[in-house]
Amino acid sequence: MTNEVLTPNAHDVAHGHHDDHHDDHAHHHDAGPMKVYGFWIYILSDLFLFASIFATFAVLHDSYAGGVTGKDIFELPYVAVETAALLLSSITYGFAMIGMYKGNKSQVLTWLVITWLFGFSFIAMEVNEFHHLITEGHGPDKSAFLSAFFTLVGTHGLHVTFGLIWMATMIFQVSSRGIDATIRTRLQCLSLFWHFLDVVWICVFTIVYLNGVL
Amino acid sequence: MSNQPYTKFLRMVPLLGIVLIATGLLSGCGGDVVLMDPKGQIGVSEKNLILTAIGLMLIVVIPVIFMTFLFAWKYRASNTEATYTPDWSHSNLIEIVVWTIPCIIIIALGIVTWNTSHSLDPHKPLESTEKTIVVEAVSLDWKWLFIYPEQGVASVNELAFPVDVPVEFHVSSGSVMNSFFIPQLGSQIYAMAGMQNQVSLIANEKGTYAGISANYSGPGFSDMKFNAIVGSKEDFNAWVQKAKQSPNAMDAAAYNALAVPSEKNPVAYYSSVTPKLFDKIIKDVQNGANASNPAPTTEVASQPQHEMSADMPGMSMNHDQH
Amino acid sequence: MFGKLTLDAIPYHEPILIGTFSVAAIMGFCLLAAITYYGKWKYLWTEWLTTVDHKKIGIMYIVVALLMLVRGFADAIMMRTQLMLAHGDHPGFLPPHHYDQIFSAHGVIMILFMAMPLMVGLMNIVVPLQIGARDVAFPFLNSVSFWLFAVGVVLINLSLFVGEFARTGWLAYPPLSEIGYSPDVGVDYWIWSIQIAGIGTLLTGINFFVTIMKLRAPGMTLMKMPAFIWSILCTNILIIAAFPVLTVTIALLTLDRYFGMHFFTNDFGGNQMMYVNLIWVWGHPEVYILVLPAFGIFSEVVSAYSHKKLFGYVSLVWATAVITILSFIVWLHHFFTMGAGGNVNAFFGIATMIISIPTGLKIFNWLFTMYRGRIVFSPSIVWTIGFLVVFTIGGMTGVLLAVPGADFVLHNSLFLIAHFHNVIIGGVVFGYLAGFAYWFPKAFGFTLNEKLGKAAAYCWIIGFFLAFVPLYILGFMGMTRRLNHYDNPDWQPLLIVAFIGAVVIFAGIAFQFLQLFVSFRDRKQNEDVTGDPWNARTLEWSVSSPPPFYNFAVIPTVHSLDAFWEMKKDGTAHQRPAKYNDIHMPRNSGVGVYVGAFSFLFGFALIWHIWWLVAVGVLATIIAVIVRSFDQDTDYYVPAAEVERIENLYYEKLAKHQEKNHD
Repeated sequence: MTNEVLTPNAHDVAHGHHDDHHDDHAHHHDAGPMKVYGFWIYILSDLFLFASIFATFAVLHDSYAGGVTGKDIFELPYVAVETAALLLSSITYGFAMIGMYKGNKSQVLTWLVITWLFGFSFIAMEVNEFHHLITEGHGPDKSAFLSAFFTLVGTHGLHVTFGLIWMATMIFQVSSRGIDATIRTRLQCLSLFWHFLDVVWICVFTIVYLNGVL
Repeated sequence: MSNQPYTKFLRMVPLLGIVLIATGLLSGCGGDVVLMDPKGQIGVSEKNLILTAIGLMLIVVIPVIFMTFLFAWKYRASNTEATYTPDWSHSNLIEIVVWTIPCIIIIALGIVTWNTSHSLDPHKPLESTEKTIVVEAVSLDWKWLFIYPEQGVASVNELAFPVDVPVEFHVSSGSVMNSFFIPQLGSQIYAMAGMQNQVSLIANEKGTYAGISANYSGPGFSDMKFNAIVGSKEDFNAWVQKAKQSPNAMDAAAYNALAVPSEKNPVAYYSSVTPKLFDKIIKDVQNGANASNPAPTTEVASQPQHEMSADMPGMSMNHDQH
Repeated sequence: MFGKLTLDAIPYHEPILIGTFSVAAIMGFCLLAAITYYGKWKYLWTEWLTTVDHKKIGIMYIVVALLMLVRGFADAIMMRTQLMLAHGDHPGFLPPHHYDQIFSAHGVIMILFMAMPLMVGLMNIVVPLQIGARDVAFPFLNSVSFWLFAVGVVLINLSLFVGEFARTGWLAYPPLSEIGYSPDVGVDYWIWSIQIAGIGTLLTGINFFVTIMKLRAPGMTLMKMPAFIWSILCTNILIIAAFPVLTVTIALLTLDRYFGMHFFTNDFGGNQMMYVNLIWVWGHPEVYILVLPAFGIFSEVVSAYSHKKLFGYVSLVWATAVITILSFIVWLHHFFTMGAGGNVNAFFGIATMIISIPTGLKIFNWLFTMYRGRIVFSPSIVWTIGFLVVFTIGGMTGVLLAVPGADFVLHNSLFLIAHFHNVIIGGVVFGYLAGFAYWFPKAFGFTLNEKLGKAAAYCWIIGFFLAFVPLYILGFMGMTRRLNHYDNPDWQPLLIVAFIGAVVIFAGIAFQFLQLFVSFRDRKQNEDVTGDPWNARTLEWSVSSPPPFYNFAVIPTVHSLDAFWEMKKDGTAHQRPAKYNDIHMPRNSGVGVYVGAFSFLFGFALIWHIWWLVAVGVLATIIAVIVRSFDQDTDYYVPAAEVERIENLYYEKLAKHQEKNHD
């Protein structure tokens, strides 16, 4: 019967189309990979978001309005520690993922908690840096440069914060539910998100801090 | 489906034509269509450019509209005598034609665009045996301030200059974004606070030309009008002398008073202008002075007080650069 | 406690607003009373508000879009009336304080709250059906997108009655939109209605991109997709790339206004030119987001009603892809007069002109689809013919404006206004209305009254010319946009003609609402029994009208373009399958509604500086999403027997219809 669902025939596959099975259970089987694919696309949109903020920073980065410059306010050693925390958190998240693929729930939980602590340290240090700058009179309302700095770094920080909320939720769900297909997909998406934020931070660190000081 | 709805449609076509012609006639006999009756060399170049571009494009547009009506009529379902080829969907010849002809037109138009974007670049000074007059134009809420630095006078909502003499306008704003525009003479240019833009215009015929702001700037925008009075050199000198009779001086205090929002300002003259007032206006904006927080009435500082950013090519953010 | 909100925010002294509010309130009350009287609250909640079914979400988008068409058009006719009257000493009836809000709201509403949802609605209804899928990739996200959009609609309409709207134009350029020059809540309404709705649009972009890439029926390779699907794929790529830029740009303005930052201020290093660049980096792709689906619709409509294969499919696909890419490198043509210099202006001007080549190619493809076809004169074809003439003219004036030297005297004039209305009405609106007429029977199960549909189309076409040709001429006469009153007596006759044009368009809109009413009344006579009222070519016509909630009992296998047409030719259409399987479907969810409600509180609180409510809104939204993530009962299986029962009803109807036609 021609209405029966068939797997794609060789003719169609040969046209370079990477089709999947689309029988009635396909939606269920492919739901995980499709969600991850969709999350990649979200990451792409987030990339455009950060690109716009970077572009703004590029335009305004030397609009000091007679006030402080990057050299005056950035403390590279401090930022180095922050950076280490974030980069290490990516590594530890990787260990969590290894645990996930092995089906080892306690490994996942342990490393997720460690990742969370690193991430939280990053945010705490960043909030501290911002607070310090503001109380010294170098808040984002003092010049276009400062507005751009606070916004670029702050937007990244906001993303990390949402990541931490997500991660806390995942820690709870893994501990109560174990690692089922849905949880796996979610951890995969969070993994993408977390590593993406790492990459963005490397760009921030280079373009904002290093470039501003060196 | 019968022909009926279709013939009704066909009857609309001449009706449409009448409507279009009527609206065209209503526009007057060309005297008021100022863009088609420019009074200065820049405007003339722009008019020619517009007509050239339209002409090039009609090469495609007219056949397209003709084919639309022809095909719709000839291949209507009730016309069973017309050829019907339901699966014909490709023709190399047609593809070649419909890619090539528009390409050629766009190449032609592209060359014209490249050339005129440079020849009509507002920053390009006009070549002339006459000495250029410089006018500094500042958009405020909601009027235009014109400063004549060389003549040492200023005016509100009125411009004057001699015929056949190039005028270089330095344009800025004391508030929000506006656009300095005299439609019958040619190009407009944005007026932006803290920055200096530039456009050169020339009038080749005497007359009084309407000037406006072409970028919405608030409630009083509709009345931000001025006249550009173009006469002989003697007429211009007389106008300058008239301004010099004014009891008012355009100094920092007068400027701050003028910067307070107002609408429908009458024409006003100022017999003297603080030197480099225009530059000071630009710098004060950068430093945070505005109508509610007017700049102190001091002399202009000799050094810029801070760096400028984002120097767009062709536009000066620093008054020292030209 | 209530931030800046006081009872003074309500415009007691504005008769027009009080009148509008009274009418809206009475109509709203009658609607609520009717729902209560007929006991339909549960039905509304379970079947519509919490739905994740793309077909119903699409219908909801379109309902809202049509309501916003009325609001946006009311703004338009007020503007035309004002300009007709306000010559010389006559101030008209709308002082600048109101007029300036009206033209700002008109632009935002028509583009973001009328055209976008009309497009997203059609996309929702059609795309899964046309690719042979059961639903979109992320049905729950689809619901969230709709409700975020709805929040934007509520906020912008609320600005009529509580506070005011922006008086900055639809794109709110700084410094005018900064807190110093616009201290009132108007710009904040602008910010939050667009920002929240924009998130919804971005999510839709991701959703439909994944849907098309991953859920096509087996055998439907990219080059066997209907042309409409190609246009939607490219549209969603544009959404994914462009909307984040809008989000950032508005956010930066927000930071300036709320935290005193200096992105776009005049002082302390701010750069207003940066805003103009950023907003148009979004703005130009946005207009292609609007027009590409319209092009896709015309591809479908012209082929279906000419009963002929679409001409030049391959080159059409390439043309669409080229337009998509080029649309990102032309944005500066919106501000040639900012003074970027000859090289920059020339580059962007030439890039803009180049877009006319693939666009022109599409027009020729549609013409040659009609050529040697058998064209049935449906309302959709009237819209198509109107489009071919009107849009071509609009494209021409666009290429003219793309020449910087010409733009220097035409920028911001009524010529510009006429141009973009020309392409938006002639291209976007005509396209969406053609699609609306074409796909209406699929969504509702009965066809629309043809006579009224054609009357509407003719009124729009003629009304367009009457309303906008005078504006082209006025641009040449030196009249600039956004004027509240004027002196030049020669302008008034043209503005009167333009007003008459607006009235004719109003007649067109009235005909469309009348059409809906009459068609609903006559729905039994106009029932679409077979699901294929036009004898069309693509997969959505192979199922009943309306389709079963699962779309396809058995996912079809596709072998070529125009899959359904080929099935009809082969005799393989409408064959009963040997066996039915259980179908996996997503459950409805109220979380989208809650996210919408909390987002509304969030946006409203931000506008009025009610900080505690902002925190509540944010927290509640986050909690709602987290709670949803704990819900493990988000899907179910439809038993095969139930599928069989529903399908048999359809086959019986088909058989009866065939018998009737053979008698």
